[in-house]
Amino acid sequence: MQRALLQSLLEAKAAKTPAAVVTELASGAQTLLTGEDWQGDLELTAAQRQAVLDALAVDRSGLLPGDSLFVQVHLPPLRLIVVGAVHISQALVPMAQLCGYDTVVVDPRRAWATEERFPGVTLLRDWPDDALETLGLDLRTAVVTLTHDPKLDDPALLAALASDVFYIGALGSKRTHAKRWERLSAEGISAEAFARIHGPAGLAIGAKSPAEIAVSVVAQMTEALRNGPPLPAAVRAA
Amino acid sequence: MTATPPETNIYPPSEDVLAQALAWREEGRKVALATVVQTWGSSPRPVGSQLAVDQDGKMLGSVSGGCIEGAVVHEAIEAMENGKTTLLEFGVSDENAWEAGLACGGTVKVFVEKLD
Repeated sequence: MQRALLQSLLEAKAAKTPAAVVTELASGAQTLLTGEDWQGDLELTAAQRQAVLDALAVDRSGLLPGDSLFVQVHLPPLRLIVVGAVHISQALVPMAQLCGYDTVVVDPRRAWATEERFPGVTLLRDWPDDALETLGLDLRTAVVTLTHDPKLDDPALLAALASDVFYIGALGSKRTHAKRWERLSAEGISAEAFARIHGPAGLAIGAKSPAEIAVSVVAQMTEALRNGPPLPAAVRAA
Repeated sequence: MTATPPETNIYPPSEDVLAQALAWREEGRKVALATVVQTWGSSPRPVGSQLAVDQDGKMLGSVSGGCIEGAVVHEAIEAMENGKTTLLEFGVSDENAWEAGLACGGTVKVFVEKLD
């Protein structure tokens, strides 16, 4: 690989620009796609370029038909938005980062959302509905609410339900979740839409400590990401 | 006692493999990259997984569960010397050709290239 190509690729990754490296396996010749810009010593036909764009769209690295060209897809990281700068979040954030997520913690309560409690972590001290609007929610985003406070959790859940996020988790017991259903259904959320919320959040592994609960949530997010059904458009609340 | 983020990150995210490869190269070291380009059957690491290798055989990342890295590092050092790219195949179908194989019974193709 040409060093200049690797530099451009790393710049694209730092700027969170989708990128792909196309390699001709027989010769080692390569072309880099960053955004809409193609560079490198490998000439591609229009059909081959389209195949690269298709691979990028579905986040699938692999050989193109004919087996002579390999496409390595580099999408920006998945995102996890954690609502609540609580103890569980302090375990959830580093675990999610290990799994490749960019993480943001949202909490307007300044006593919780401190640099001291979350060193180096992106903190938004806004109300969750404003914060989620600013961040923009998409298919490569997961939202987990952990405050236990409906004033903070519910606006975040409503924003998440109105979006394509691949995972929504809400901490709280079954009883809390039943009360949540009462409140959100009064806001016009259908039972089908509400079912997108994993509540209580996390796989049922008997987790007790904050770190164990974080393990169960990361595991459930992974299950939704890797084994989850594609989201039917009709289920979206908005 | 509160849970705190780990102070040392021993698990490299995928982009760190490439960033490390570039950093090694810019220190003047010879570097090669190995990439899983195709798999059949059960294979420990998916297509796109990468391993960076420097001239001393230092590694970051992986292309298997550790079964074939030794052989890949050997080829990577060759690639640093002769500048040629190679497509390696490992698996049960190829056990005579390679000392290394995949105990899981899968087959992988690994592309090895020098970082210029």
